[in-house]
Amino acid sequence: MLYINCPHCGMRSQNEFSYGGDASVKRPEINKEVSDQEWDNFVYNRKSLRGKHLELWQHISGCRQWIKVERDTATHEIFRTFKADEEVA
Amino acid sequence: MTQAFRIENGGLINRDKKLSFKFNGKTYFGYEGDTLASALLANGVHLVGRSFKYHRPRGFFGAGVDEPYAVVQLYRNGETEPNIKATEQELFEGLEAKSVNCWPSVNFDIGAINNFLKIFLPAGFYYKTFMWPKSFWYRIYEPFIRKAAGLGVASTKHDKERYEHKYEYCDLLIAGSGPSGLAGAYAAAKNGAKVILAEDKPRFGGSLLTSDVNIGNQSGKDWAEGIIAELKIMPNVVVKNRSQIFGYYDHNMLVMSEKVSDHLPSTKKYHPNKRLWYIRAKEVLISSGSIERPIVFGNNDTPGVMLSSAAKEYLKVYGVLVGRKPLVFTNNDSGYETAIEFKKHGVDPVVLDSRKNAESEIIDEARNLGINIKNSYVVVAAQGYKKVKSADIASISDDKKQLGKIENIECDCICVSGFWTPTIHLASQSGNKTKFKEEIDAFVPGQSKQNEITLGAANGVFSLDETIKTSFKAGSELSKKLTKKDNEIAIPNVVEKKSSQHDKFWCVPLPKGKNYKRFLDFQNDVAVSDVEIALREGYRSIEHVKRYTTLGMATDQGKTSNLNGLQLVSEIENKVVPAVGHTTFRPPYTPVSIGAIVGREVGKHSKPTRKSPMHSWHEKNNAVFVDAGVWLRPRYYKRGNENLFEASKREAKNVRTNVGVCDVTTLGKIDVKGPDAAELLNRVYTNAWLKLPVGKARYGVMLREDGIVMDDGTTTRISENHYHMTTTTAQAANVLSHLEYYLQLVWPELNVNVVSTTEQWAGAAIAGPKSRDLLQKLFPNSDVSNEGLPFMGYMEGDLFGVKARIFRISFSGELAYEVNVESDYGNFMWEKIIEVGEEFNIQPYGTEALSTLRIEMGHVAGSELDGRTIPYDNALEGLVSKKKDFIGKRSLQRSAFTAEDRQRLVGVVPLDKKTSIPEGSHLVKDDKAPLPNPKLGHISASCWSVEYDNPFSLAILKDGKNMIGEKLFAMSPLKNKVIPVEIVSSHYVDPKGERVRS
Repeated sequence: MLYINCPHCGMRSQNEFSYGGDASVKRPEINKEVSDQEWDNFVYNRKSLRGKHLELWQHISGCRQWIKVERDTATHEIFRTFKADEEVA
Repeated sequence: MTQAFRIENGGLINRDKKLSFKFNGKTYFGYEGDTLASALLANGVHLVGRSFKYHRPRGFFGAGVDEPYAVVQLYRNGETEPNIKATEQELFEGLEAKSVNCWPSVNFDIGAINNFLKIFLPAGFYYKTFMWPKSFWYRIYEPFIRKAAGLGVASTKHDKERYEHKYEYCDLLIAGSGPSGLAGAYAAAKNGAKVILAEDKPRFGGSLLTSDVNIGNQSGKDWAEGIIAELKIMPNVVVKNRSQIFGYYDHNMLVMSEKVSDHLPSTKKYHPNKRLWYIRAKEVLISSGSIERPIVFGNNDTPGVMLSSAAKEYLKVYGVLVGRKPLVFTNNDSGYETAIEFKKHGVDPVVLDSRKNAESEIIDEARNLGINIKNSYVVVAAQGYKKVKSADIASISDDKKQLGKIENIECDCICVSGFWTPTIHLASQSGNKTKFKEEIDAFVPGQSKQNEITLGAANGVFSLDETIKTSFKAGSELSKKLTKKDNEIAIPNVVEKKSSQHDKFWCVPLPKGKNYKRFLDFQNDVAVSDVEIALREGYRSIEHVKRYTTLGMATDQGKTSNLNGLQLVSEIENKVVPAVGHTTFRPPYTPVSIGAIVGREVGKHSKPTRKSPMHSWHEKNNAVFVDAGVWLRPRYYKRGNENLFEASKREAKNVRTNVGVCDVTTLGKIDVKGPDAAELLNRVYTNAWLKLPVGKARYGVMLREDGIVMDDGTTTRISENHYHMTTTTAQAANVLSHLEYYLQLVWPELNVNVVSTTEQWAGAAIAGPKSRDLLQKLFPNSDVSNEGLPFMGYMEGDLFGVKARIFRISFSGELAYEVNVESDYGNFMWEKIIEVGEEFNIQPYGTEALSTLRIEMGHVAGSELDGRTIPYDNALEGLVSKKKDFIGKRSLQRSAFTAEDRQRLVGVVPLDKKTSIPEGSHLVKDDKAPLPNPKLGHISASCWSVEYDNPFSLAILKDGKNMIGEKLFAMSPLKNKVIPVEIVSSHYVDPKGERVRS
């Protein structure tokens, strides 16, 4: 079970969180015209990366905040975690 | 029965406490501190089971977790548990056990005929034989294999034992209390680190309990006892025996199974049977020791053949002689240690050493005691069927290929030592890439991947002195990092006998003309010849060889067989062992009770149960409950001998004619507050929200980004910046997460807060033509007329002194209201509604009537909003704004979603107006069409229309828009029904929606 550093609460076990997918996906702006391709990329197309991956988790049984987690999908190593509004350098 | 093989004195058992137990119906005696295995051996019982495939007689091979043979069915306190290792089961008064895998008895087992057929049952036999004819599989082969396979029998009764889970955090977790574990724990504990020390056996000390060594001028055993006594009283140390760490998971999470009660005749009150520990450790010291490995020879599975270390343990810990004429067969000095113990207890062993010449302190001691030692000698085959009677032995050439003349030597046990295999399971599970250590012919942990270190015998270090030194140092350094304390500890002086290099010899060749079975895996009956077949047939990867032959796949997971299997493959393939590689070590290290894994999450505890504040009223009024997610909701209220159908019809009819009340507390409720609340709703729902006035409610549908309907419900504007959103019972949690996702990540600029208020409000839906009359009596000071409180209106009211929210919304399609009060007043509200409603013939109604009412009105619910439908499919496209953007809107332009013949909600009525259509039935054009009969749609919900007194269903039907009036067939292969039906409008009752506005 992963041990995730919630930027708001500290180290917590994975079973307090729910997974939210790729954090690098940007939703097209509301009210903006988008092409089929752009929309498909947003809704469906995901890279299934092996290695370092920035992903979303929600601390659902804790502070309920969505956070970003930089994790290696092969080794499960977690490098850094970020608040929802924190810029990932 | 006398314990004929128990020595006079010695051992760590409590001779003051005699215990009686039964094995295969016969009563025996043992002592407190015995295992079932040691007590049986004390009574001279060696035959305990039959092997898996050939049903050959099986005895004891080890003395602990590595045991491949002695697996029994245990009976304790009216319960039974299968596949218990007799070597691990501690004796208690009244214990009962039986042999497994034999019929009618262990002494006479009909299945043993397989033994004589063994030439026909080589590796892959089942794969090759049961292929044809195909039709035989289900009727003949599978039942036969099922009957023949498996060991013990699982109980079919409810397990009345209790199991607990515990979460723990520590600085240093230590797996194994041998010399390395004790030294590491002691050093770390002295530095103030929080230490957990786990030992799977009842006694602490590991190899120190049986080895002849001296630490700090004490015997190894006394030193261990001293350290444990000291650790036990330290507040920063948890010391646990009977506790097996069986899994090493991500981020230094280890799981341990503690046997709390298995050693007792019954579980103490308030105690669990087992406790599963989830331990998050900052550092892990793996001191799991090593397991002796056998040398392979003919008939090496005969009862009486066992590991030399096990024989020593039975003698030193339990005071039991495994034989009076022991033959020790060894390729290293460990065999001599066992022989010396025998000799010390007045038994004359013969030692066969495969080495031509070996000299060491230990061998000198054996020689000085006058032990008969034969160098360059091997056991060719054990003789005897149910017990070793003699051994065929021979000299062996230096290249280990040629056997000398076969001699027969009388013996009653053969103690075999083929050197030691480090227990690297936990290290490997952690992700550590193991490496092969040439000097010991075995794998050891390599580079650490997580915060783990392996020391002592588990790391392939068999010198006690080195183990003690490195472990003290490691314990001290690991703890220093965490506690910043550094208390100097004097490392004790170690006295041990030096041993000589072992012989890289592991398998005795077959003598000419003999075809002895030489077993590698004793539990799954995998012999040398089986692995040879697998390789001849082209299996190369060790993982494939394992699966084809089942080598190492039994409940012991090959603890004594894996390495010899690798040796064999490497020899045939002409590769070195590391090039063959080993199979993957996966948790659990040793079998764990399913009960322990499940813990308290059984029956009603498997999920939380949520009850509304009115629950006790429902109970008192004969409600029959149904699970709605984790909620318990009244399904119907039983009157007299009514069944579900009759009661729900009565309740629904009463709503249509008088007035009914339904507990709707379970609906999800979310408070949406902030200056941008309307903007959020406008983006989340498909319809327009910016112009909803205060005091008004609106029905809304929300989509996922892929255009699929996620949920529906009404949201009410309570005040300028405050909205009260309702969701379906099932989706409440998902909707909240959904809103939080957009507010926190996508549109953080929106100034809105959302919070669940489901628990805070109790809700009652009052529905029926007389509901307004009732409402007026409940709220005499409020104007609830059609003008004062129009459809989709909202107001606050005073319910006999309690503040209430009144919504004029309807799910039943009747004139209806929903009243909410704070949860604590829920029961008060309910009782008032019932009391005041009496004059209007009010009846409570449950979820079944609720469904009936909504289905015949054509209102969609979870069975239509099933994660596969878009607004159009549910006839909700009128709620989809063309002007504004919202979540999922862009997806609705996808070609499949705009297709002319898109599926759509319709009503379905059976032509005979009598036959109810099972939910899930498929709609087809032609009931006689050959399979696969093209499916046009499916029945999503069915009811008995109380309005028309005939069955009515909703369906999602392809091109539903143009299908009204068509005749189709509803087919349910599950219920074996074919029902001719007519497609009608989904708005079966009050299609113009006049009642809700009346």
